[in-house]
Amino acid sequence: MKSFRIVVLAKQVPDTRNVGKDAMKADGTVNRAILPAIFNPEDLHALEQALCIKDRFPDSTITLLTMGPVRAAEILREGFYRGADDGILLTDRAFAGSDTLATSYALSCAIRKIKNFDIIVCGRQAIDGDTAQVGPQVAEKLGIPQITYAEEIVSLTENKIQIKRRLERGVEIVESSFPVLITVNNSAPHCRPRNAKRLMKYKHASTLSKRQESEEDYLSTGNHAHLNIKEWGVVDIECDHAQLGLGGSPTKVKKVDNIVFQSKESRRLDDFDDDINVLMKELITSHIIG
Amino acid sequence: MNNVIVYCELDEGKIADVSFELLTKGRSLANQLNCQLEALLLGNNLKGFEKEIFPYGVDTLYLADDNRLSPYSTLPHTSVMVNLFKEEKPQIALMGATTIGRDLGPRVSSALKSGLTADCTELEIGDHEDKKLNKVYKSLLYQIRPAFGGNIIATIINPDCRPQMATVREGVMKKEITDANYKGKIVNLDVSKYVDETAFIVKVIERHIEQSKIDIKNSPVVVSGGFGVGSAANFKLLFNLAALLGGEVGASRAAVDAGYVEHERQIGQTGVTVRPKLYIACGISGQIQHLAGMLESSIIISINSDPNAPINKIANYVIVGKVENVIPKMIRYYKENTK
Ligand SMILES: Cc1cc2nc3c(=O)[nH]c(=O)nc-3n(C[C@H](O)[C@H](O)[C@H](O)COP(=O)(O)OP(=O)(O)OC[C@H]3O[C@@H](n4cnc5c(N)ncnc54)[C@H](O)[C@@H]3O)c2cc1C
Ligand SMILES: Nc1ncnc2c1ncn2[C@@H]1O[C@H](COP(=O)(O)O)[C@@H](O)[C@H]1O
Repeated sequence: MKSFRIVVLAKQVPDTRNVGKDAMKADGTVNRAILPAIFNPEDLHALEQALCIKDRFPDSTITLLTMGPVRAAEILREGFYRGADDGILLTDRAFAGSDTLATSYALSCAIRKIKNFDIIVCGRQAIDGDTAQVGPQVAEKLGIPQITYAEEIVSLTENKIQIKRRLERGVEIVESSFPVLITVNNSAPHCRPRNAKRLMKYKHASTLSKRQESEEDYLSTGNHAHLNIKEWGVVDIECDHAQLGLGGSPTKVKKVDNIVFQSKESRRLDDFDDDINVLMKELITSHIIG
Repeated sequence: MNNVIVYCELDEGKIADVSFELLTKGRSLANQLNCQLEALLLGNNLKGFEKEIFPYGVDTLYLADDNRLSPYSTLPHTSVMVNLFKEEKPQIALMGATTIGRDLGPRVSSALKSGLTADCTELEIGDHEDKKLNKVYKSLLYQIRPAFGGNIIATIINPDCRPQMATVREGVMKKEITDANYKGKIVNLDVSKYVDETAFIVKVIERHIEQSKIDIKNSPVVVSGGFGVGSAANFKLLFNLAALLGGEVGASRAAVDAGYVEHERQIGQTGVTVRPKLYIACGISGQIQHLAGMLESSIIISINSDPNAPINKIANYVIVGKVENVIPKMIRYYKENTK
């Protein structure tokens, strides 16, 4: 039976969905430290689609790839609990300050190193920037087709995949051969929960540098290969340094503003009949309504 | 050379509103930069569209007319755009932040190694001084967009790479023709020179597009409900008022998430942007992400039981009270006092 090599791109993001007042500093910048770091929600939808492929073709392998600081290994562990086979953390100072183009370049170099991939699955967009750019940019760099806004795998055979994608006012079913990159929409099914056995097995999975840091005898875990989260830096991927990080990012943030709304001079009314009648009369006589 | 170019998007055989909005913006940017405005249209049977496009002040319209370019598919459209940009070297390229624009834009930017800013809400021309390099950049495109879940506004620039590319949300910019008799020239592209056979690898098997019946965007009156409306049943009141005033019903995300009304009615950063004559916000607290979609309404009325709801700051009239009490009174007065 056919086995697919699947790469899932996932990002650790600050949880911008519940930004309270205290998350904004007085100067209008975001206090990232206070926001919890989470598995980007749509990337979990992406992982679920990868797991669905593995359900149908059980010999397939799922490699989770994330680029970020060392802490981002947390989401790789989360991925293991839910069924990923392998995890790679792409981390290096040289990647700092990457915009979407530099990010997609680094990710595409890492994917090239993984080799022989059939399907790359990512989320539609990450909630810290909402750009939805990294997926298509990676596809272009790898020279493979893309299917964005995927909602469901309609059919899957050894050499073709059909995907239902969500459009603004409808749906479309498209077909592609492999390799292909798919970005998964938030209307796709949620990810299955953690598996208790896998949780036990992988809860100590970590990167080499993490183990060194905690002065654990990392050599002793040598026979538990599954506990190794692979950690790749610039030296591990073949790449053009000029295209990485801040220097490789064509877009620059010129400034960031807090949002302040001009308060309008407003008239206060009560819900008594008289107040409302006066308002309605004004609107009618000034031809705003009627 | 070095002009402003707009990718015109076809939505079921019609040019999308956002494309006209971008042409309007593109014309004013081109005037400031003292360059030409160009448009690019890809699809099938494109004859006649020039009559709609030129009045926006378009100097050159590139047409790629080929039945394989419709419906939209990523690779062929990317290929035409990338190859045309390599020849024409535009300084600015704009497209809608639609399902198509957000699929195509990043692909093109990646191929050209130029930056792309998604979901802009404003575009301006301005200078930039790089203190470290001690260098001044003249007349850059300021690409302004909400970031971090809408909690901040970022201005992004693209100092060194061209084109400066941006996608722009539908509805945030005005649509205005320059001159009904504006004359531009048409350039028909030889599609086979721009697209390789291998670009047709992804096939569209089936499409179901629902014609949208709801048109909040162009409605002069919007009666909008939030979580405070309380239920789908209570939303009936809003529908009654809207019908009476010749308006449409909008909603906040919290109301949509609660299932009171359909997603198509959502107004705000991740919904539609509206600028009606009258916006009546019922039980809406007025979070930034909602305000982003309605701030430009001429007159705003807020009906909210909380006198300190943030929306009250931007409302022209604040009615402190419950939606279910206030709206029937408005309806009654209106019925009694208009024919
Ligand atoms: C990335 C991102 C994008 C978003 N995009 C959008 C978007 O596009 N559009 C959008 O709307 N939101 C958006 N949101 C969500 C937004 O932040 C708010 O959560 C949402 O707008 C709140 O909706 P609401 O005002 O209806 O609900 P609430 O904040 O719960 O407010 C309900 C209001 O109703 C009042 N009320 C209660 N009962 C009554 C009554 N009986 N009569 C009158 N008033 C009553 C209350 O006083 C309160 O002010 C987004 C959030 C994020 C993070
Ligand atoms: N640093 C990253 N590491 C891994 N995947 C990423 C990274 N950034 C973005 N992605 C993937 O690209 C998608 C779109 O991200 P964005 O363009 O930032 O909205 C995400 O949902 C992820 O699947």
